Amino acid sequence: MTLTIDGVYKQFGRFPALTGISLDVRDGEFISLLGPSGSGKTTLLRVLAGLDRPDHGCVFLNGVDFLALSARERRIGLVFQQYALFRHMTVARNIAFGLEVRPRATRPSRAAIQARVSELLALTQIEGLGDRYPAQLSGGQRQRVAVARALAVEPQLLLLDEPFGALDAKVRKELRGELRRIHDATGVTTILVTHDQEEAMALADRVVLMNQGRIEQIGSPAELDTAPASPFVFTFLGETNRLPCEVTAGAARFEGFVAPVISPAGAADGRATALFRPEDTRLDAGPHAEGLPVRIVEIRGRGSLRLVECQALSGHRLVAELSEAAAGAFEAGQRVRLTARRVVIDTVAAARPDWNPEAGGRGAPAAAAH
Amino acid sequence: MVALDAAFAPAPLKPARRSWREHSALPGFGGAFGFTLLYVGLIILLPLAALAARPWEHGLGGVVDAILQPRTLAALRLSFLAAAGAAVVNVLTGLLIAWVLTRYDFPGRGVVDALVDLPFALPTAVAGIALATLYSPGGWIGSLLQPVGLKVAYTPVGVFVALLAVGLPFVVRAVQPVLEDLDASLEEAAQTLGARPLQTFSRVILPALTPALLTGFALAFARGAGEYGSVIFIAGNMPGVSEIAPLVIVTRLEGYDYAGAASVGLAMLAVSLIVLVAVNSIQVALSRRGSR
Repeated sequence: MTLTIDGVYKQFGRFPALTGISLDVRDGEFISLLGPSGSGKTTLLRVLAGLDRPDHGCVFLNGVDFLALSARERRIGLVFQQYALFRHMTVARNIAFGLEVRPRATRPSRAAIQARVSELLALTQIEGLGDRYPAQLSGGQRQRVAVARALAVEPQLLLLDEPFGALDAKVRKELRGELRRIHDATGVTTILVTHDQEEAMALADRVVLMNQGRIEQIGSPAELDTAPASPFVFTFLGETNRLPCEVTAGAARFEGFVAPVISPAGAADGRATALFRPEDTRLDAGPHAEGLPVRIVEIRGRGSLRLVECQALSGHRLVAELSEAAAGAFEAGQRVRLTARRVVIDTVAAARPDWNPEAGGRGAPAAAAH
Repeated sequence: MVALDAAFAPAPLKPARRSWREHSALPGFGGAFGFTLLYVGLIILLPLAALAARPWEHGLGGVVDAILQPRTLAALRLSFLAAAGAAVVNVLTGLLIAWVLTRYDFPGRGVVDALVDLPFALPTAVAGIALATLYSPGGWIGSLLQPVGLKVAYTPVGVFVALLAVGLPFVVRAVQPVLEDLDASLEEAAQTLGARPLQTFSRVILPALTPALLTGFALAFARGAGEYGSVIFIAGNMPGVSEIAPLVIVTRLEGYDYAGAASVGLAMLAVSLIVLVAVNSIQVALSRRGSR
């Protein structure tokens, strides 16, 4: 293990940005800091970069006290959402910047710098753009330059702050794959800040899900998927249906079906609200089918998937995500039975006295936002 | 690979030639453009044309003679050198003041910010008399400088000092908004890449400010070269030593030598034009590679 973050607190005025963050990052690991805006993920990144000082806590890299070093001394690569390229320098000069500002004693020779720049232009696949100015590049190309510039100093840590946020969806997907390839090629320990759960899950070895200055869960994308530590994790990572249920012995009992509770472990018995994913929701129109009786309201297309929106007799709206083929058996207005494969119990809602799922709660308790 | 090549094909170096009339959300191009031409013509070009047409009654020789008189040449040299020198110093101090005003939040910042503009509001003669009083051998500052052997009032140095006061707001006001808009992440990027503070300033911040500094220089220089009111009181107006070109013009006018006055005016116009065009070309060259 190389990077150790221990009990880091940071407060801006009266706003607690980080409240006791502890995290170990292994050498060469690719970590995503994921969370909604205001969750503290960018603050944590800035603490690592040396641009913000924590109020308490320690950060060690390979046993060296990182907080005792200035941003300049840490030898980290930082990539910003808005690229932060030097507009008056060519792409090559931008990339060479970190080498050219070194004191003469440690500065590589001009030829060595040039060789390093060509190497990085090749690594980030922007050969031939070395003589351009940033203004002459597309957004995706600019971000490649920013990554190359950050890598030029052979950083101990590569930190990226929402690097794809300003790019359109297609370029974002391409660059995402590129970033993972560059990470694998260089082996540099990488920490990516993002609010895009798809991006975090697709790229990272481990995802650190943050909320309100705390870490909600640390785990591989698969772990977060199959064993969410909290209802927050579950709702943040995807769309959810909400439905009242009765919990008994680790199973959620609904009208017409029972589903296993995957989180939290040992959910208290009694009335509760269950959360489940559209992709874990099944519909059956058979005459002897079991499940919650619902009426199909609308079927919407999304690629090869279909979103089937249903309404229960209680008024709850629930969405099932089916394959195109499976959805072909259904039509709007049809009465079917709905079951969920696995559910999460919403402990937050259970703890909130004003939340009454039976009364419909705040608005329609249907599929969560997205 | 083909798709990737296409996606990252170099962007065309020059944008396709756009129509010089850019599409705008607001109508009224014809009227606005016509007004602009007419107004610029009436307010700026017509008087300049009249100036250019005036001095030729004694032919080219008359104009050249009027300009090449030693007294006139000395005055021109003083006006332009003092204006250039003051503009250079103002670029440095103006940058520093703009920096302090944008980067630090101190009590009274608003007051200092407003004070910078005060030379604009003051009648130049008032500023001139105040400066002359301060720097005269018996004045507050003059009496301090006298023992050290420094004479400011009634010397070319006095001209320079007066132009410092006149030109400062131009530089501060040109640089300040650019400095305010400068992306903090540029400095942070430089810092994390290992740049020392001085390197960050000289390699990242200063180049970003250069166009604004050039603008400030050009404005301060142009204003300084033509400045009259605030200079004549402190200058002492010794012919050939501390006499400025605008004063030579006024003197000639008072002697009914209109052609001679216009000749000197024309020379000033020419020099100013050359300097402004040069500054402008540098700016165009800078913006071609950088901004947008």
